[in-house]
Amino acid sequence: MNSSVDALRATFGNAIGRGLESCGDTIVYVARDRLLDVMRWLRDTPGEEYDYLVDVTAVEYRDRERPLEVVYNLRSLGRHADLRVKVELDPRQELEVQSVVPLWRGADWLEREVFDMFGVAFQGHPDLRRILMWETYAEGYPLRKDFPLRGRFSRAEQVHQALAANPEAHYSMEELSIAEAYQELPPDMRERLRHGERGRIPESE
Amino acid sequence: MKRVIETKEVAGQSPNYLLAKMQHLVDWAVNSSRANSLWPMPFGTACCAIEFMATAASRYDFARFGMERQAFSPRQADVLICAGRLPFKLAPVIRRIYDQMPQPKWVISMGACASTGGIFDNYAMVQGIDTIVPVDVYVPGCPPRPEGLLYGVLLLHKKIRGESLFDRVPRRDEQPLDEHGLRLPPEQIDEVSEPFGNSIHQFRSA
Repeated sequence: MNSSVDALRATFGNAIGRGLESCGDTIVYVARDRLLDVMRWLRDTPGEEYDYLVDVTAVEYRDRERPLEVVYNLRSLGRHADLRVKVELDPRQELEVQSVVPLWRGADWLEREVFDMFGVAFQGHPDLRRILMWETYAEGYPLRKDFPLRGRFSRAEQVHQALAANPEAHYSMEELSIAEAYQELPPDMRERLRHGERGRIPESE
Repeated sequence: MKRVIETKEVAGQSPNYLLAKMQHLVDWAVNSSRANSLWPMPFGTACCAIEFMATAASRYDFARFGMERQAFSPRQADVLICAGRLPFKLAPVIRRIYDQMPQPKWVISMGACASTGGIFDNYAMVQGIDTIVPVDVYVPGCPPRPEGLLYGVLLLHKKIRGESLFDRVPRRDEQPLDEHGLRLPPEQIDEVSEPFGNSIHQFRSA
């Protein structure tokens, strides 16, 4: 068992749920409301220094009584230590959890993927949109257990909706990094971007 | 002397004989030119694209069949080769590429996934690219060997040689999407997308 679990329990008390070891990895359950505090403590406290967020993902079990889990894999590059933090969410209520993007910038797309596939809303995420499915996708969240394997719509409707999508609308100005350089662009290019389909720029709203 | 008379008789019976011969000659010339200089537009999305590259490389070398230049721009391409599975997210992309290709144009659907959806009978995958664009040759296999693709190309050559510029029915008209934004009627799309083979047993039990 990773010693971080005891340290966490000493610091946060009831906010830390059970800790267990599985296949050599330490798993610790954290209360949903304290997640951001716990993660900040894990990242910043000397002796813990989990400075690398390896992955954010989620698990839904076939047993409907079991809660849906959001999983954070942490790694301390300096200490060569791993820790897996889990948050349990009741699937019958709103799936909401605090975003860790303020702590690890790399969590941005990872949380978008979890949102896209499971419908978990990350509070405080700067740009929570679908990332794998297209933005107008209306069938729900594909990796949820109640999602039919072939999707909810008929194949004809799926083809219809897919063909109606604009393949160029997926790139936001942020992704193309033009937003920052916008003021330095020549006027004609700025004009084109303002009326273009490739997302919106702040001052055009 | 007798032969000359016979020829005259044939020509007399059919005033269109010479015209037909001319049309035949023009068709032969045009179709040979087209078949022997097919420029492929590779649309590689998965493992089939690796076999496609092997086909293009020196060992199999489809330049032997006049496909020397791969057109990575649809504007200069004759045949669209969809090599690999096509997710719904790419459906508008391949449709736009197809629309951008100049006439005459042909499509080869390479591999099981492009032709039918293959093993990916799920929410994300187009069940056969013929629901998106018209397909001329389907190459089966998972993935097909380079010989398979070359055989498909030769079949396409055969098909091109059988075409005629003078058909009453214009076979090479643009076929834009209909008013519902589809290429086929919805019932037909549902029908060709039906699960078959082992995938009829494929359900997720909740």
